[in-house]
This record gives sequence, structure tokens and C-alpha cells, in this order.
Amino acid sequence: MSWSEKILRVDLGAGTCTSEPLNMEWAQDYMGQRGLATKYLVEETDPNVDPFSPDNKMIIATGPLTGTIAPTSGRWSVVCKSPLTGAIACSNSGGFFGGELKNAGWDMIIFEGKSDTPVYLDITNDKAELKDASDLWGKSVWETETTLRERRGDNDVRVASIGLAGENGVLYAAVVNDMDRAAGRSGVGAVMGSKNLKAMVVRGTVGVKVKDPMAMMKTSNTAKEILAENAITGEGLPTHGTQVLMNVINELGALPTRNGHDVQFEGAHDISAEAMAEPRESDGEANLVSNAACFNCPISCQRRSKIDPSHFTVKDKPEYQMVSGGLEYEAAWALGAACGVKDLDAVTYANFVCNEQGLDPITLGSTLGAAMDLYAAGAITSDDTGGHELTFGNTEVFVAMVDATAKGEGFGKELGQGSKRLCAKYGHPEFSMTVKGQEFPAYDPRAIQGMGLGYATSNRGACHLRAYTVSSEVLGIGGKTDPLVTEGKAGLVKAFQDLTAAVDSSGTCIFTTFALTGDDIAPMIDAACEGDWGVERLNEVGERIWNMERQYNIAAGFTGADDTLPERMLKDIAKTGSAKGSVNRLDEMLPEYYQVRGWDESGVPTQDTLSRLSL
Amino acid sequence: MLKALRMDSDTCTGCHQCEMMCSYGKVGAFNPAKSVMDVSLYNGGAVNIPSTCTQCEEAWCMVVCPVEAITINPTTGAKEISAEVCVGCKVCSIACPYGAINYDADSGVVTKCDLCGGEPMCVEACPTPALAFVDKDSTGYDRIWNHVTAELVDCDSTVRH
Repeated sequence: MSWSEKILRVDLGAGTCTSEPLNMEWAQDYMGQRGLATKYLVEETDPNVDPFSPDNKMIIATGPLTGTIAPTSGRWSVVCKSPLTGAIACSNSGGFFGGELKNAGWDMIIFEGKSDTPVYLDITNDKAELKDASDLWGKSVWETETTLRERRGDNDVRVASIGLAGENGVLYAAVVNDMDRAAGRSGVGAVMGSKNLKAMVVRGTVGVKVKDPMAMMKTSNTAKEILAENAITGEGLPTHGTQVLMNVINELGALPTRNGHDVQFEGAHDISAEAMAEPRESDGEANLVSNAACFNCPISCQRRSKIDPSHFTVKDKPEYQMVSGGLEYEAAWALGAACGVKDLDAVTYANFVCNEQGLDPITLGSTLGAAMDLYAAGAITSDDTGGHELTFGNTEVFVAMVDATAKGEGFGKELGQGSKRLCAKYGHPEFSMTVKGQEFPAYDPRAIQGMGLGYATSNRGACHLRAYTVSSEVLGIGGKTDPLVTEGKAGLVKAFQDLTAAVDSSGTCIFTTFALTGDDIAPMIDAACEGDWGVERLNEVGERIWNMERQYNIAAGFTGADDTLPERMLKDIAKTGSAKGSVNRLDEMLPEYYQVRGWDESGVPTQDTLSRLSL
Repeated sequence: MLKALRMDSDTCTGCHQCEMMCSYGKVGAFNPAKSVMDVSLYNGGAVNIPSTCTQCEEAWCMVVCPVEAITINPTTGAKEISAEVCVGCKVCSIACPYGAINYDADSGVVTKCDLCGGEPMCVEACPTPALAFVDKDSTGYDRIWNHVTAELVDCDSTVRH
């Protein structure tokens, strides 16, 4: 019934795969995906474990709605301790892998220990075994997927794998599924690599049942109608993808440019959704070939792109001249504006490489931007970079550095450590645009105050998704708030964090919340799952998950002092745009945030709060 | 006027919602493996092709069946399998040139699209114009029209929504 009530425990050391019942009490309290996997991580591991040690666990988790008829029901998560931040790593992906895993009859897979030799996990319904992957080690994600499909002789199998970056321990390596969907952030791919686990292949034909099929149909159809009629989910996202934001955020003056030196980028239009749709002079084709969808999703915001075959990045390289996953807004920002690069083909190529070798484009771009800052300050020179002039906007060098990082060669090895370690090593920690070790993405906190609070308090390090207050502060969904004021942002951020944690645990995509509220989502969960599920319960589950994650991070050594922002965001004013003259005023928001959270002045959840949430 | 299922890969996003609804109609569970509508991906996801039985006039499946398990529904024109009569010999699945009728090991009989008795669920599920239930005689005309207008007017036909 929505949950399969079965988890697969894989002991990579012993080479065994065992089925065990899902803890249904925990399922009722934490749902699935993010919440449920984190609960297992909290109960089964030491928060101080070395992320690369065999004692770290990697949990692959679907949600109760994954594989059902609820729109966007393809989501699944990867949870472990992060090698980049040392906090919780909880990364969410779409595509088709999650739906297939649920259809095979599994709610979760828990990987424990480490294999002596490279292996991959092969699942067909209830049959699961580890197989030798020594011929796959050293292959890219794309080669791995193609090979495993051919080996299975079945085009309907779904694959999630790591590329060179995960094998080489790049701290922000990703797990990539279905060629170009990813559990991108916090280095989950590196943890997978540290276990000598190359890939997971799954084929599922068991079927997914729900508690009340008629109610499921009715509530899902209602949700689909709302999604279709909404301007963002029914028009903006399918037409432009998340790239619909590039020109919007730039015009607002909230586009962090050249490692945060500026808040507007003169090249923004060249790497925007509109630019992707514009036919090229060279071959008359546009970068954007079409949009596409993840499993059971009517929004279909995926981009399918093709690079100009005569562009220097792909000339004589037929393997990059095909149609593949195009730019999301975050990737275009990171690989474009953060580095001062405005060549759309180069930025798309860098995105292809991220999918091919499994890299987080946000951390990659932000790290490159930080390296360019170090170069500008003379802290690193062309001697360090292998003769390359790593200046802002130098497209050829940018591309060379992306390749080097993916392959783990030369200066690419250093870039693979992320901006925090890189900047600390070269004497300028202030050049790293990170919170708790993770780089913040495409919304400048000096121009959108609530996002700054969100970055500072996110449980997985800086992240735009944990509390996407842009919805309210910029897009005016559910009521417009003023991005330039701090008043009311504490409550706003908490509300977003809690509902998001619940949606992240449901098996559906956060993008539905551009159109759906808790009142639209809860009925689908209620129709699918045992128990009574209303909006209050959803928000309570979300709040419980948030506090559980907070507790883990505190045990891992994080304190209120880590709830901060890079100095540049607190001290260097925005030079142009609607927030000209502003910095982020975190000190006006954080104390109230702790209060509304029910935490003490140093950001520790009080006993009352923990008891109320049964923690 | 009989209607036909029109499948247009130009606007298919590859979301598989049709498969989900079809499988639910057929077996009461969400299971694309039990769907008779199949969506295949080509060219890096740039082309998605939904396909199923076209209820063709030749009806090779019906002609070769040794036990006359396949009959024509007079209301919809669909070629329907009688599960009680079917013996699972699979000759129909060999005869069909489109692979639209297939054996299901769990039930021991073959399965194919029957237009859901006249209200195809896949069409209801599809979020784009990729699947439509249209007058049998018109399934080609609007494609010609679309191409003509795309030439004459600067139509953007790459976006599916």
C-alpha cells in the first residue's frame, strides 16, 4: 500500500543482499525519502563517523507516493553523511530510477560497509545481487548506463551510477540516473565511490498499490488540473525550464556574479532560457531541442539540448554532439555568471560533463569562481594552474578546468576539494561562498533577505531548496513578501523549511509547490497511505524531520556560530539593481528564527520542542 | 463515427502517465510493465514515441487466432480479446507486425489495447496533445495542417505542454 513495506539491506563487505520489513512506525512519523532515510541514518550511524569510512551508510529512499499516479511521483533521495560538509547529505533526484525501484517492490536500499572490489547492484523485483563492476570502474556515467542496459538486454531497466568524479573522491561528486538526472549536492557520489559501488540497475514489474484507488485518482486529477492551469507549472517551466529565472533574477539584481563581486551579469541574457531557444547563426538550430519529463510528471521541465557541432568544446568529439540534458538555472548560473562566462555552448558543455562524470554543477561553478578570485588576488598563479590564466570570463581556461576537475588531473584535483578547502589552503577563506562548507547557489542574499536566512540555517549547508522563499519574495506565490526587508522572514523561512521537508519525504517533486499548497498535497497522501493525513500532520512531520536533522548536525559538531553567511554577503554591498547598497542583515532575522523554531539562543532545540515532536 | 487513438510523438514528453493509467485500468495497480501503451525514448530524450495497437483493418491477430478469442467491438471498432477463450498460444503476437499484442505470463493470456471500451484512459492522463481520441478518418489531416502552418507562420513546435 504505497509503501512496499520492504527494504533491501546490502552489506558490501560481506557481499550480501537481505530483505527486511520497513519500520512502519517510523514510516508513519517520517513518511519516506528524506525523512525516513535520515531517521535510519540517525538510528544506525555515529554522527562523527568519517564520511569515507565503511561505517558511513548510504541510503537510497523512495517516498510513499513514488510510483503512484500522483503527479511527479518519480522522486527518490540519497542520504548519508557528507564528505563535503560533515553534516547530513540529503540529495533528491527525479528521472525514472525511483519509480522503477518502487515498482520492483522496495521502499529503500541501505548500503553498509565497503566492497573490496568494484561492484554494482542488480535488482529485478525481489531478486537482488551484487555483481562484479571491475570492467565498469573508470567508465563515465553514460558509458556505464549504456553498457548495463546492453548487458541486461532490456531497454526498460533504470540505472543510477557514478562517474570518474565519484570514483576519485571529488567532494561534490554526484549520483546520476537516467543519463542526466542527479542526486547532485553534498558529495553523495563520493560516498558511493568510497564504498566501491559503481552503479545500481533496477527493473520493476510488481506494481504499486494504494489504500483508496478512487480517492487517489480523484485527488491526483485535481492536482493535475491545478498544475496545468498554473502559469509556472503549466507554461513557464515546460517552455523555458528553470532557466525561466535567469533574466528575472538578473533584472532584480540578485544574480551573484563573479564569485559575488556583483549582483548583475552583463552576459545573463546570453545564457538565459531565451538564448537557449534562439536559432544559432552557424547551423540554424537552437541549443534547446525540446523539453521532456521525469516519471509521471505533467510539468516536463527537463531541457534537451544540442551544442553547436562547430564549437571548440565539441568539435571532433562526436560523443558530445548528441542531444542530452541541457541547462538548469542553477547550472547556468554557477558555470556562467559565477565565473563570468557568457558562452552558452561552453556552459552547456560544462553541464554535459557534470552529467557525464557525476559532478554537482553548483559547487563546481562556485569553486571555479572562488579560484578565479584567488587568481585575481595573486594567491594562485599560472604555475599552480598548469599554465592556465584562470581569470573571470576566460572561456577556454574555464572549459579546461572543468575537464581537469572531472578527470581529477592537475589543478582539477585541487578544485575537486570544493571552494572552502581551496580558499583556506591559499590563504583567503573569505573568498569561499559557502555555509557549513557547501556553496550557496543562484540567489544573492543581499538582494533577497529571506534566502540569506535560509542559506544560513539549512541543515545540509547552503542550499536554495531547503527554503525556497524566492517563491514568495520574488514570484509572489501565496502572497508577495518584500525581498529587501527582514521583518517576517523568520516565520516565512520556517514555514517553507517544514513543508518542504514533508514534500521531500513524500516521493513527489518540490516544483508542484509552485501551484499546489499543503491542502492539495495532503489528500493525495491520505488517499495512498494508511492513516489519516491532513495539512497539520504534514507540517508536523516536516518540523520533526527538520529538528531531527538539526540534532544530528549538533552531534556532528555544528553550533549556532555555523548559522552564518560569507562575509562578502554581510559586509560588501550590492553594487547595482533593486538592492543597491544592501548587505544581508542576518543578525536581524536569526534570533527570531531560533525563537519561532523553539530553540534556545545558541540554536539548540529545547526539551519542550523535542518532546512536542516526539524526538 | 468510429474514433481512433492518435499518437503524436512530436508532442510526447516521455512522462509515462499514459502507461500508469493504462496499467491501473488493466490490473488495478500502477505498473508500467502491465501497460499496453508503450512509450519509447530516442535521440537522447528529444523524441518520445507512444505506441500501441492501432486497431488496424487487417486485424492479423484476429485472423490467425485458432480459437476465435479476438472479436470486434461493434461500438468502438476495437479488436478485443476474450480472456476466457484465449489459450495463450501467442500466434497473434507473432502475426502482429507492430508488436502491439503480447503475452502476459502472470495471466497466461495475451493482452492488447481495447480503447477502454470507448473512453481511453491514456488520453485522459496525457498532459499534452500527444494522445488524442479523434474521428477515425481524421488522424492524418491535422499533422499536414501543422506542417503547413509551421512553414507559413513562425510557429514554435518544439515545446510540449
